[in-house]
Amino acid sequence: MINADFIVDVGISHYLILSAILFSLGMIGVLLRKNAIVMLMSIELMLNAVNLSFITFSKYNSHIDGQIMVFFVMTIAAAEAAVGLALIVSIFKRYKEVNIRFFEHLKG
Amino acid sequence: MDHTAIVSVLFASPLLGFLINGIRRNHHSANVAGAIGSLAVFISFVCSILLWIDLQGMAPDARRIHVVYGSWMAIESLKIDFGFWIDQLSSLMILIITGVGFLIHLFSVGYMSHDKGVAKYFSYLNFFIFNMLVLVLGDSLVTLFVGWEGVGLASYLLIGFWFTDGEKAAAGMKAFIVNRIGDAAFLIGMFIFFVSFGTLNIQELNSMAPTIMESTWFGIVTLGTLFLFGGATGKSAQIPLYIWLPDAMAGPTPVSALIHAATMVTAGVYMIVRLNPLFIAAPNTMMVIAVIGALTVVLAASIGIAQNDIKKVLAYSTVSQLGYMFLACGVGAFTTAFFHLMTHAFFKALMFLGSGSVIHGMEGEQDIRKMGGLKKYLPWTHLTFMMGWLAIIGTPGFSGFFSKDEILWMSFHSPRGHWALWVLGVIGATMTAFYMTRLMCLTFWGKSRVAKTLHPHESPATMLIPLFVLAALSVVGGYVGIPHIISEILPGHPANILEHWFQPIIKTVPGLVAGDPAMEWGLMGASVALALISTILAYQLYVKNPSAIERFTQKINPIYQLVSKKYLVDELYFGFIVNPIVRLSENLWAYIDVRFIDKCTYWAGDLMKGSGSFVRSLQNGNLQTYAMYIGIGLVVALSLVMMR
Repeated sequence: MINADFIVDVGISHYLILSAILFSLGMIGVLLRKNAIVMLMSIELMLNAVNLSFITFSKYNSHIDGQIMVFFVMTIAAAEAAVGLALIVSIFKRYKEVNIRFFEHLKG
Repeated sequence: MDHTAIVSVLFASPLLGFLINGIRRNHHSANVAGAIGSLAVFISFVCSILLWIDLQGMAPDARRIHVVYGSWMAIESLKIDFGFWIDQLSSLMILIITGVGFLIHLFSVGYMSHDKGVAKYFSYLNFFIFNMLVLVLGDSLVTLFVGWEGVGLASYLLIGFWFTDGEKAAAGMKAFIVNRIGDAAFLIGMFIFFVSFGTLNIQELNSMAPTIMESTWFGIVTLGTLFLFGGATGKSAQIPLYIWLPDAMAGPTPVSALIHAATMVTAGVYMIVRLNPLFIAAPNTMMVIAVIGALTVVLAASIGIAQNDIKKVLAYSTVSQLGYMFLACGVGAFTTAFFHLMTHAFFKALMFLGSGSVIHGMEGEQDIRKMGGLKKYLPWTHLTFMMGWLAIIGTPGFSGFFSKDEILWMSFHSPRGHWALWVLGVIGATMTAFYMTRLMCLTFWGKSRVAKTLHPHESPATMLIPLFVLAALSVVGGYVGIPHIISEILPGHPANILEHWFQPIIKTVPGLVAGDPAMEWGLMGASVALALISTILAYQLYVKNPSAIERFTQKINPIYQLVSKKYLVDELYFGFIVNPIVRLSENLWAYIDVRFIDKCTYWAGDLMKGSGSFVRSLQNGNLQTYAMYIGIGLVVALSLVMMR
């Protein structure tokens, strides 16, 4: 599959593979890192990987819906970052650290 | 007033007394608690008199009042009512219970005046009276059994009244457990009768009693009555279950008088008299009853000779006198059995209260070796106690004489009797005269052996009045049942009122013929003469010549020790029955329970725990682990979808 054509002609599979790599990196970050800020960043990465695949399919299918969806995702990502950072700030105020295990203390 | 109302008041009054004194159990005033308790019983006594007067007004064959409050249970053919049956027998019995009971309540006011738990005490006493009334009046064996268990509970509570003393608490438990054995037999007897006759109503059972005597040992009636008698041996302290009664003396003395002398322990006799047609139909059962009764008479009387505790002497005397009642039942003299029950209730309650008065005056001392010469300090107690003594040893003219000699005569003369039973009875009477005279001598007569620091004092009036009333009854109580041959020589030929009164409801054994008067006079003379000789002997030994008896007991020391240790019956029971059962239980516990049943359950538990510990480790509360599971799950699910 990997040959000269593949490197020269950038097509749909390049975009999707990039998207999958970014998504996996984000997921590994969420699963393995303990720092809450890094985890939040990893979530952003996953969301943006999804955005990339949305746009890719939108372009190749000549359909505008995927690109509209991306705006929604970005809005939600912004909201999510706001809420997440607020939580992280309050956790930090209390424990002077942003390790994810402190979030377990939030349960009732 | 109609009968239902009277019977309701009869029951409600002691029940209310029980509740009121039970609620105010932390109050310490003996006068208030005693007034409530005594009044409750007095109201019942008045009701009993009213019922008795009503019965008097009826035709002799129709003297009965049946009060039914409703159905208790109706399952298939088993129908039990809250029904109460008052006839010639039960009306007299409740008169004794409430009458003697009232006197003993009155006595208790003085006796218990220094006790903190006096309200609790009176509430228990009223509870006892209530249950005794249920026992006596119940119209079915089940209702009777309810009262039977109720009085057992009251007895347990009152024996262990001073439960902080471990020995007294143990005495209460002993009484309860020994009674349980008898009660089990009683239940089996009830089952047998229900299965074979289809009813447990006492009147129906009596009317169904076969007229043909059952000669086998395994007939329905014989087996049923034998088991019922087994219940009676528990409650009425006969061989082999008499062992609880002497220990029951741990309770307050008025309790011993009421429960363990006058009323509860006679429940077995009452039950047999109540069911007399059934017992008559089972000659083998009656033989067993007569033999057990006669043996109990002699055994208990002989133990009584060597006891040094004033209450223990009276306790063994009670067992022995109950033996006489069973002897009378066994030879078919049911009227006489009840007659002796009545006179015994008078004189034994009197003597127990008298001993209570002595113990009260001696500030708790019960050992008769440390008494003597109390006649001077307790003149009234001495006088009344002497009336009881004259009655129990069978002095002609006193109540005990009429009833005891009638029993002895019937045990010889009745077709169910035997000369051997008469001999045992006379031996018992002779011993009774001896140990009772010994008790009198050591307590009231002779030289004082009272400790110098002790100042015996006469009891207050509330304690003396019951003594006077009971003393009067002990003297004249026998004149309701004068035997025929004596009434013939008396002016006016007074009839045997009791026999006449019971005639419609108590059957006689078939084959009973009029006896030979010369024979009866002769036997009576013999027993009175023997009792007189042993009385004089006891007086000589214990008052005139105390050193002789000491030498004598030294000489026969092994026998004396055996008797004073109650023939080691308790030890035998412990050695052969109680301890083996305890050891068996311990082994079952150590081997079957711990090594097998526990092992099995632990094993099952460990299995669950082991399988659980793996699953538990998956759910560790770590957020990221959960996210990983979701990721792995997603990958697995997606790859499954794609590989399809």
